[in-house]
Amino acid sequence: MNSYITNITKNIKKLLEITGPVKVMEVCGTHTVEISRTGIRELFGNQLDLVSGPGCPVCVTPNDYIAKALWLAKSGVTICTFGDMIQVPVNNESLQSEKAKGYDVQLTYSPTESVEFAIDNPDKKVVFLGVGFETTAPSIAGAIIEAKKKELDNFSVLCTLKTIPAPLGVIASSPNLKIQGFMLPGHVSVIIGVKPYRFLADKYKIPAVIAGFEAVDILKAIETILNMIISGSASIVNEYKRVVLKNGNRSALQLINDVFTSCPSSWRGLGILPNSGLRISGKYSHFDAEKRFNIPDFTDIEDDPMCKCDKVIMGIIKPYECELFKRVCTPQNPKGPCMISSEGSCAAYYKYGY
Amino acid sequence: MCLAIPGKIVEINGDKAVVDYGGVRKKASLMVMPNAKIGDIILVHAGFAIANVKLDEAKEKIEAISYLSEAVREEKERISKEQS
Repeated sequence: MNSYITNITKNIKKLLEITGPVKVMEVCGTHTVEISRTGIRELFGNQLDLVSGPGCPVCVTPNDYIAKALWLAKSGVTICTFGDMIQVPVNNESLQSEKAKGYDVQLTYSPTESVEFAIDNPDKKVVFLGVGFETTAPSIAGAIIEAKKKELDNFSVLCTLKTIPAPLGVIASSPNLKIQGFMLPGHVSVIIGVKPYRFLADKYKIPAVIAGFEAVDILKAIETILNMIISGSASIVNEYKRVVLKNGNRSALQLINDVFTSCPSSWRGLGILPNSGLRISGKYSHFDAEKRFNIPDFTDIEDDPMCKCDKVIMGIIKPYECELFKRVCTPQNPKGPCMISSEGSCAAYYKYGY
Repeated sequence: MCLAIPGKIVEINGDKAVVDYGGVRKKASLMVMPNAKIGDIILVHAGFAIANVKLDEAKEKIEAISYLSEAVREEKERISKEQS
């Protein structure tokens, strides 16, 4: 075995003997998948509890947003979306089931592609589902700018972009969760840099590490968190320096600030959090689907009472502690977004074992 | 969904680049990477270049990653030999 990996693994085991059992949250869904796929979750037994966090955009998008998208599809609009969104069910309907009925739902790889689709199909009203975090916000902003340049009248975005620091504050301050360290999302950090996380260390004294997505990155992050726990010195360490700069990507941040305004946003499992979302600012309101279509309010829509995705997202329960997991809820017949999204914790636990 | 893939810029036209991902070539926007040059290794998310990859950082980690993929390749070869 490679000596670098062997040494880190040995050292983590040693550090865990000093700290005793430690609970670390991996915020990003892509980390959840890698930790399950590589077997890191099992490597340190009960000594290291790796809890999945709210960093899966499909998982934290609430039902009323899906209901709006379904309403748009049914009213004859062409929905362009990233693939993971189409299976999420609301009252037994999903974009996939509506597509099967003949409504127009297109899967796209990038927001720019959906602008090109709108250009090529001037007779169609195209709405892109703007779901994602800071990583995705620049590409959606870019698509809106492109649409403005081309003076497109048939393209808009149903925006529910979210920003990650606010929910981390809720989790850090929770007396029940007792998170002792955060593994921070590498690609969100590419955009926002190190500073927006400082409050985790300064206010809550919780060490946090910006981590890449290879097994070695994840192990290194765990080692660094444990070292900080032992020394009692909480700070935000950037262990993904090959792409994350201290101040993030300034051009991307400028683009985000130009096209979006910070707003309260509704999160599955967390409710409405102030300053946790991005809405399309006035200058670009022509491309805001909420302004363009008279979409009804679906906020009173209820969650499936059996589905525990809200608790899984907050790290309150593990996927296998949900009664539906693997019995009723499977990737073939998913009941909640954490099983649907390829980076949902339930999907990762199902696929790679637990 | 925050997946991002590293690739090499092989062509630039205005704020669009053609990026090579180990043989597969796709267009990416350079809107927030205005200083990108041909030959740069960049990180692309949803058709948008978001960062330059600094290969000199984390040399040990990159070596460890290559070692792992090498080990996986050898293991696959061993298994296929056993099966044949």
